[in-house]
Amino acid sequence: MKAFLVLEDGTVFQGTSIGSPREVISEIVFNTSMTGYLEVLTDPSYAGQAVVMTYPLIGNYGICHEDMESLKPWPDGYIVRELSRIPSNFRSEDTIQHFLESHDIPGISGIDTRALTKILREKGTMNGMITTNENYDLEDAVRRMKEYSVQGVVKATTTKEKYVLPGEGKKVALLDLGAKKNIARSLNKRGCQVTVYPSDTSAEEILSSSPDGIMLSNGPGDPKENVEVIREIRKLYDSNVPIFAICLGHQLMALATGANTYKLKYGHRGGNHPVKDLETGRVYISSQNHGYAVDTESLDPAVAVPAFVNVNDGTNEGLKYTGKNIFTVQYHPEACPGPQDSSYLFDRFLKMMEGNE
Amino acid sequence: MPKNPDIKKVLVIGSGPIIIGQAAEFDYAGTQACRSLKEEGIEVVLLNSNPATIMTDKDIADRVYIEPLTVEVVEQLILKEKPDSVLPTLGGQAGLNLAMELEEAGFLKAHNVRLIGTTAATIRKAEDRLEFKETMEKIGEPVAPSKVVENVEDGIAFTNTIGYPVVLRPAYTLGGSGGGIAHDQEELVEILQNGLRLSRVGQVLVERCIAGWKEIEYEVMRDGAGNVITVCNMENIDPVGIHTGDSIVVAPSQTLGDKEYQMLRTSALNIITELGITGGCNVQYALHPESFEYCVIEVNPRVSRSSALASKATGYPIAKVAAKIALGYTLDEIKNAVTQKTYASFEPMLDYCVVKMPRLPFDKFISANRTLGTQMKATGEVMSICTNFEGALMKAIRSLEQHVDCLLSYDFSELSDDELLDLLYQPDDRRIWVIAEALRRNVSYETIHDITRIDMWFIDKISALVEMENALKTVGWKVKAARAGKGGVKAAAGKENPISGNARDYLPEELLREAKRIEFPDNVIARLTTIPQEEIKAMRYECGIRAAYKMVDTCAAEFEAATPYYYSCFGSENEAEGGHDRKKVLVLGSGPIRIGQGIEFDFCSVHSTWTFEKEGYETIIINNNPETVSTDFDIANKLYFEPLTPEDVESIVDIEKPDGAVVQFGGQTAIKLTEALMKMGVPILGTAAEDVDAAEDRERFDEILEKCGIPRPAGQTVFTAEEAKNAAHQLGYPVLVRPSYVLGGQGMQIAINDEDIDEFIGIINQIAQEHPILVDKYIMGKEIEVDAICDGKDILIPGIMEHIERTGIHSGDSISVYPAQSITESNKQTIVEYTEKLARALHVKGMINIQFIVDGEDVYIIEVNPRSSRTVPYISKVTGIPIVPLATRIICGHTIRELGYEPGLQKNGDYIAIKMPVFSFEKIHGADVSLGPEMKSTGECLGIAKTFNEALYKAFQGAGIKLPKYRNMIITVRDEEKEEAVDIAKRFQAQGYRIFATRGTAKYLYDNGVRVLSVPKLEQESPNILDLVLGHEIDLIIDIPPQGAEHSKDGFVIRRNAVETGVSVLTSLDTAAALATSLENRAKELTLIDIATVDNR
Repeated sequence: MKAFLVLEDGTVFQGTSIGSPREVISEIVFNTSMTGYLEVLTDPSYAGQAVVMTYPLIGNYGICHEDMESLKPWPDGYIVRELSRIPSNFRSEDTIQHFLESHDIPGISGIDTRALTKILREKGTMNGMITTNENYDLEDAVRRMKEYSVQGVVKATTTKEKYVLPGEGKKVALLDLGAKKNIARSLNKRGCQVTVYPSDTSAEEILSSSPDGIMLSNGPGDPKENVEVIREIRKLYDSNVPIFAICLGHQLMALATGANTYKLKYGHRGGNHPVKDLETGRVYISSQNHGYAVDTESLDPAVAVPAFVNVNDGTNEGLKYTGKNIFTVQYHPEACPGPQDSSYLFDRFLKMMEGNE
Repeated sequence: MPKNPDIKKVLVIGSGPIIIGQAAEFDYAGTQACRSLKEEGIEVVLLNSNPATIMTDKDIADRVYIEPLTVEVVEQLILKEKPDSVLPTLGGQAGLNLAMELEEAGFLKAHNVRLIGTTAATIRKAEDRLEFKETMEKIGEPVAPSKVVENVEDGIAFTNTIGYPVVLRPAYTLGGSGGGIAHDQEELVEILQNGLRLSRVGQVLVERCIAGWKEIEYEVMRDGAGNVITVCNMENIDPVGIHTGDSIVVAPSQTLGDKEYQMLRTSALNIITELGITGGCNVQYALHPESFEYCVIEVNPRVSRSSALASKATGYPIAKVAAKIALGYTLDEIKNAVTQKTYASFEPMLDYCVVKMPRLPFDKFISANRTLGTQMKATGEVMSICTNFEGALMKAIRSLEQHVDCLLSYDFSELSDDELLDLLYQPDDRRIWVIAEALRRNVSYETIHDITRIDMWFIDKISALVEMENALKTVGWKVKAARAGKGGVKAAAGKENPISGNARDYLPEELLREAKRIEFPDNVIARLTTIPQEEIKAMRYECGIRAAYKMVDTCAAEFEAATPYYYSCFGSENEAEGGHDRKKVLVLGSGPIRIGQGIEFDFCSVHSTWTFEKEGYETIIINNNPETVSTDFDIANKLYFEPLTPEDVESIVDIEKPDGAVVQFGGQTAIKLTEALMKMGVPILGTAAEDVDAAEDRERFDEILEKCGIPRPAGQTVFTAEEAKNAAHQLGYPVLVRPSYVLGGQGMQIAINDEDIDEFIGIINQIAQEHPILVDKYIMGKEIEVDAICDGKDILIPGIMEHIERTGIHSGDSISVYPAQSITESNKQTIVEYTEKLARALHVKGMINIQFIVDGEDVYIIEVNPRSSRTVPYISKVTGIPIVPLATRIICGHTIRELGYEPGLQKNGDYIAIKMPVFSFEKIHGADVSLGPEMKSTGECLGIAKTFNEALYKAFQGAGIKLPKYRNMIITVRDEEKEEAVDIAKRFQAQGYRIFATRGTAKYLYDNGVRVLSVPKLEQESPNILDLVLGHEIDLIIDIPPQGAEHSKDGFVIRRNAVETGVSVLTSLDTAAALATSLENRAKELTLIDIATVDNR
């Protein structure tokens, strides 16, 4: 079946429908990872967005359910150049075609994803529509696209109920803002007992369980939208419990302590971005997925100072909170997909909880 | 970390002659490194024995020594040049080994020279098997577990701890005899008992068998601060068991999930960190196809063939960055030259698929065993890029220039199903064609996978190509039916009825679009659909199905890139802009390195490109060889990494609309495209196309010779064996038989009787010949070679070269001496006169190469090539005359006089320079080592000195013939040459050699006063001549086989065994005499010559 990807600026790509044939309007973003398409699909941070994979051959190793980063795929749409006819991997349990269909995710294949990526790079992230309706009304579609914005996605992706991953070690409270599973897994693997809280949990409830540390997860959408969560995080900041935050958690902590965030032209999504640890000068290759960043200019050194910076574009990649046991990063030490080079940050968090950092 | 200010003068050691396993990739890496060092203001001293390289140019290094790569030479050079540092990791294994020897001997320390880049301790940890294993164990990285056992019980016990299957390798047996793979205890006991008995020391190595696992490679980099990145990972389509150099390789990996990908990536980074490498490193893995188990196979702590491939596949210049790291920079301080926005500390992301295919030499060595295994056999490789795997594979296939353009190019339809499956068990260079045939016969993916262990994903992709063939064939049947049905009129013989309507009625647009998306060339579509190629093309253009070009930008379009490095694909937006602000020239490269067309032609292409740029042209290179300098993205203004076929070139021409193309520097590959370029309306710059053709077309060439009054050996053109025999009878045997339009004497043979003719013509005609076969009278004489430049009026001859070996041995396999030593003044005058006449008659503008035979006062012409030749780099360097830049300027309209040169033969230089061929026979099982008119050498080295004898000594040293060792040698000579052999035998005897010979030769030598030991022939009882060879105490064998096809089987067996045990074999008395001369004049101390100071003007 034919499918069309129509962009807000009127550009149209014609391809083949994959997954669900239903029409969808979403924010179009691109990811440059060459492996890990299932981890991308199941990363809750993509809620409200349709993802373009810049790597052209997708689905080669099928679907291995244990690699899912959450219980279901989150993107509104999936855009690829080519889906593999057969999956080939000893762990594969399903084809990507069937996976998309069974989760009702619409998508399009057979388009020039590089041309699309260049448009997004040059004009910035924009909205788009995937449709199988050959007779779509372009004017009407553009109007509807312009109206679209990513909203309410943290609420949509966070856990509905609190749950606990048992462990003998430190007690960590993980505030799920749309968390990838590997954050909890990375802590749990290090012996931590991880209690996962829904995003609307109050600071008091979290603190009343006397955690050794608090972890703020990644998540989707515009950070500033989460006014109530930011208010609770401010209380966590004041509590003196060690805190480690990733991605959206990092942005919310910054907002909670007086700094500002802004939307990047087209974001960082992929597994090859170099971040520099400003303390040691070392550079690490990181897994990234974010459309917003903390404005370094807005930082009050008495509150927080940059700890990591992106080597490519100089944007902020992490903060160290002055006089606090708090550090936050914009990128993804939990990897999945992407490089595991920064998993040492979880060890640093553990040390911090032990009072050794 | 900024640059280390103590590094001011660096010695870079190259990799020496091109041999199988060590090819042009080190010239690419070394050249890039030298340029990178010079950029930083470092003085570079370069040592490499290979004169055909770009790195040995005075433009690349400040001081250039083309001397043998021996410890003595490097020591002497360090004393002379006093570099403060040696950079050992950019010149391949040869350079690395030399640096390590010097380090271990304490020489470097004693002379205050430091190794920069990776340290000696690190190199040892990576290269020493035991240290490597211990290091891997220390950081928990698995290597295939193994143990040496001395009895069956220990073997069983150990195998029980590691699991079946296991590989058993008896210690100290030749060629692995007595070894094998055991799948269960019964097999283990049987093989082990046998192996223990066969092993001289009663030991067998038991090792976990990883054959059949996936072979995965990672290219990683580390700087002095400890930052690490991965440049690229690659997946071998062929499983472990086939050398990665002979494997079809894809980048990035296709069948690994993120878990596997990151697991191995993390492992590679842990390894490079633990080893403490500063620079680039290659890690090879075996990955179990059905679990996460893996083993580290090998670590190369230096640039390698794979790093060259990774650089070209990603656009990340590994060698350049490694050189900067060696100077002290960190990855985040080095700019990414492609984007100019990002830094070297990021990992390239590909948004395309890269396929590398090996170029195997079985078209040269037809008697050789084609089976692929752990010994690399490829002489070169091609790379292709496309947005899909099928397309990349199709492009790689047609880049090979081996008469293959699709998966139907080898015909296995005659084989039974069983025979076909048998071929799958014995993978050779045709394996993917065999798989395609199996798929045509509906053999299941599972069966093919079970036999070949090739991942199902790749088999499915091959199947997709076969399905497209079938769809196109179906169109063909419809077209045929339409033709046949046309009023029932029988078409005239050789003609077909035109079909009604146009191609579009039979070939659906969507099918054509899909066929092009997966890169079926028009000629293949035409063949399968039986629709004429022009109609296919017309339909494509009508439907807008045109090749588009995408940029290799290292970042999957995330950042804007500045470097115009392109590949083609169909059904996409075009990114290559054809803008035209100055004159544009297309430089056609020479494709994969093969015997007969090597790195020399890349040297010529690159220099020509640089000169065109200086002349104000915009330069565009098309080439497909990832090992070369020409495919580095900053050589030309634009690089198209594409196959060199007429259709692929035309698509580029359509966009770029060049003002001209230059074909005379890219070897036969480029010359072959002349006609097609003319049809596209692209002017050929330099010598006109019809004149190029006149030199190849026998009749027209004979006319020209006659007009000029230049004699050539009598000859005729033929198509069949019968005609050839008639010709031979008229001319009288021996005759030289060869196809026209080939390089490296492919298919060329000396026939002494009718049977030979039948055999040779049969071999030549295995491939349909568009042009006649040439049969010439064979004249024995001195062979002379000349490269000249002509501006249409005046001719410049840099020098005359003479071959040590008489005619009958291909010029590429002969030892070549500049200036000619043994010809008379009048010979020289005749040669100059003929050269001038011919260059004018052929209206040469640019380069011409001529080969002559000198027999007394008679001079004959045997071959003329109106293009750059194999000897151009060598003669340029030893005369100091920049031949290619001069020729290029002449092509641009300058004259020889205008460029400051006096026409005519230039005066002799101050030095004698000898080019010595180097062979890779030990790598190709079953290849005959005897030399003849078909070229067999893979590379060359240079000996340059004030005297002939020293130059000759250096040349033999450079070629690795380092004698004497045991002072034992064997001589077997055919009757005609026994007399001549006496003198040579006496000369070796005077050097202290004990001479062995079989009865006939022994008697003759003894009767003529040589002390000789007679040994039994091969078929006689042991100990015979073969035992002597295998006894490892023979330095040299001089074996002169009879001419013609009737090769004695004995001689063949002896020569093969000798080569495989490391004994030097000479099959020409001329070479043997030269070696004797060299031994007689062994110099204690060599005089090292800085080539950069040579200037004959």
